[in-house]
Amino acid sequence: MSETTTLEGFRAETRAWLEANCPPEMRQPTAGEDDICWGGRNARLGEPQRLWLQRMGERGWTVPTWPREYGGGGLSADEAAILAQEMRRLNCRSPLASFGIWMLGPALLKFGNEAQKREHLPKIARGEIRWCQGYSEPNAGSDLASLATRAEDCGDHFLVNGQKIWTSYADQADWIFCLVRTDSAANKHTGISFVLFDMASPGVSTKPITLISGKSPFCETFFDNVRVEKHNLVGQAGGGWDVAKYLLTHEREMIGAIGERAQKQPLGAMAVESLGRDATGRLDDPALRARIAEFEVDEAAFRALMQRFGEQARAKQAHGAFSSALKYYGAELNKRRQELIMSALGSGGLEWQGSAARDWLRSKANSIEGGTSEVQLNVIAKRILELPGA
Amino acid sequence: MTLLLNEEQSMLRDSARDFLRENAPVAQLRQLRDSHDPAGFAGPTWSAFAELGFAGVAVPEAHGGTGLGAVEIGVLMEQIGRHLSALPFLSSGVVAARLLQLAGSPEQQAAWLPRIARGEAIATLALDEGPKHRPEAIALRAEAHAGGWKLSGTKSFVPDGHVASLLLLAARTDDGVAIFAVPRDAAGVQVERTLMADAHNAARVLLLDVALPGDARLPAGDAALLQQALDFGRAAAAAESLGIADEVFERTLDYLKQRRQFGKLIGELQALQHRAATLYVDIELARAALSKALHALDSAPAQAAEAVAIAKAKCGSAATLAVQEGVQMHGGMGMTDQLDFGLFMKRVRVLQELYGDAGWQMDRLARLRGY
Repeated sequence: MSETTTLEGFRAETRAWLEANCPPEMRQPTAGEDDICWGGRNARLGEPQRLWLQRMGERGWTVPTWPREYGGGGLSADEAAILAQEMRRLNCRSPLASFGIWMLGPALLKFGNEAQKREHLPKIARGEIRWCQGYSEPNAGSDLASLATRAEDCGDHFLVNGQKIWTSYADQADWIFCLVRTDSAANKHTGISFVLFDMASPGVSTKPITLISGKSPFCETFFDNVRVEKHNLVGQAGGGWDVAKYLLTHEREMIGAIGERAQKQPLGAMAVESLGRDATGRLDDPALRARIAEFEVDEAAFRALMQRFGEQARAKQAHGAFSSALKYYGAELNKRRQELIMSALGSGGLEWQGSAARDWLRSKANSIEGGTSEVQLNVIAKRILELPGA
Repeated sequence: MTLLLNEEQSMLRDSARDFLRENAPVAQLRQLRDSHDPAGFAGPTWSAFAELGFAGVAVPEAHGGTGLGAVEIGVLMEQIGRHLSALPFLSSGVVAARLLQLAGSPEQQAAWLPRIARGEAIATLALDEGPKHRPEAIALRAEAHAGGWKLSGTKSFVPDGHVASLLLLAARTDDGVAIFAVPRDAAGVQVERTLMADAHNAARVLLLDVALPGDARLPAGDAALLQQALDFGRAAAAAESLGIADEVFERTLDYLKQRRQFGKLIGELQALQHRAATLYVDIELARAALSKALHALDSAPAQAAEAVAIAKAKCGSAATLAVQEGVQMHGGMGMTDQLDFGLFMKRVRVLQELYGDAGWQMDRLARLRGY
């Protein structure tokens, strides 16, 4: 049987399974953040959400390309692409949003030992444990490698002391993957280690930060003599920076794709709905119409670029630092989109109980979180363009 | 579908690059310009280009071409852009060939397509009448006359008009837009070469009571098929722009790694690093948008308008930024005629106007999307 026949067979089976198993409620567009399923010990899921997560988790299709022995679906890249297409066709919601899937999982697959993979990956796949990311500190933002949270070697365990900031959903997460300094004598990149621990451990506390959007997706996170067992060290002691950088490439792809995942109404149509047409049938705001068209050119080009990048990655032709280009442009594009939505909605978008103004304000963080746009441009200049200088 | 080149397409790119580097480099354009060459292109180079099958890449095999598609046109045009090759491929091998194939009668196709593929005849579309590309506002009238047609009016910015033996002329009739095959030597046709900033060929065409037989009209030639042929031209012009952007960016990047000021390489300066990185991303976006458009033209040309508008707008903007940054980052040397950046910049400016600039493409996108 040819490869194509096999793939078309897979498509037919997948379609049939999704039609039989995706609850009708899970084929409606998400109305807001509350509709997103993050899983975890404290998740409060509606019955359709719970069922959808359970069914997809059992097949490993929350993480289609991960190996089956770690709770994944064991699908090839082509099969995973077909699954995504068929899910889009039926408007299936993503069963699980997860930093474990997007960030920690790929890092564990590459750097984790066998016991760590078997312990953590299946729970990520089934949405049982919700993870947060302990990277930034008050004095280590763009210069992340200058982080100061200390992990003292106490024989069979570390004792962790310090503070993280901008920890997304730390107050709702079950476990944290965290960068700590294990060797203060070493230079700043080689003294860092990558550790995992339970957020319910004694000595961990979190404090949400209210943002300009009025929401609190980020926390300050404090560690006061937190005991971390040695077997929760990922990679070598002092080798955490390599894990951190690898994980960041995945985070960048995730943030870069934010505007695309949302699948909102096209901007031009939204503006026509809000502002109407002039006598010639054009959007009744010529300057805004031109800005939207310019945006839609760039948006379509960005989609094509993501498709191209995916194909290059599968053909092993992608540049390792290209995620920085996607992160940079995707973040800037989403900020433009939100500005244009505000212009299209006018005073109607300013009402604080609606979501437009909050989404607009939230988008300003896109070019800060996961490495600022300026940091991404530095990475492109140095690693892709190979321009000189430190 | 994949947006990456397959093996055959990569080989076509390599052979086109090798041929053009050797036979039609920027130096040849300079020589043609400085010697006031009456043809504006090198005949022997064009013949050799055709012999390798390049000129007929878009012509069906039945008519003596190689019958390849839009992706292959794009591959050739990118290389033409990189070398600023002065060849009548875009006008004749792409737009005119495609228009004849879409709308021409079997007799018109048999008479012209093989000669276009062999590079023996140059055909070109005469469309625009004012300073901007306005295919929806064609005013030149074709009046029914004694079983045939009579045409009067002016066409401007006709690529390769003065070396073409066939003009495909867009005119308005009582039943809408029509295309006429007008031999260059027909009575009443005056062609005046217009020397352009980019030293590539263009002409103004005057028609004074030009009488044509009834079968001069392309039977299927209407506004929709005209747009479809133009979309191949737009994507091809976008590819040429992208080729220029790549070439200029490579040269500029090299310069940033060699030029020293303030005791260091200027490529160490973050102000320039960030601008180079921004430009890099823009060029990659343009490349992806172009691949999308070329594949759309190959799979469903009548539905490719959006993708083509996006590609022409994005490649035009990226190339415009590339040549501007190229000149700026080379400082005073970038302004000299000795370096090639001015030539690249002039060609990008012409390619912007050809078949619709970024503003026109964006307006078209908005219309297609219903706002």
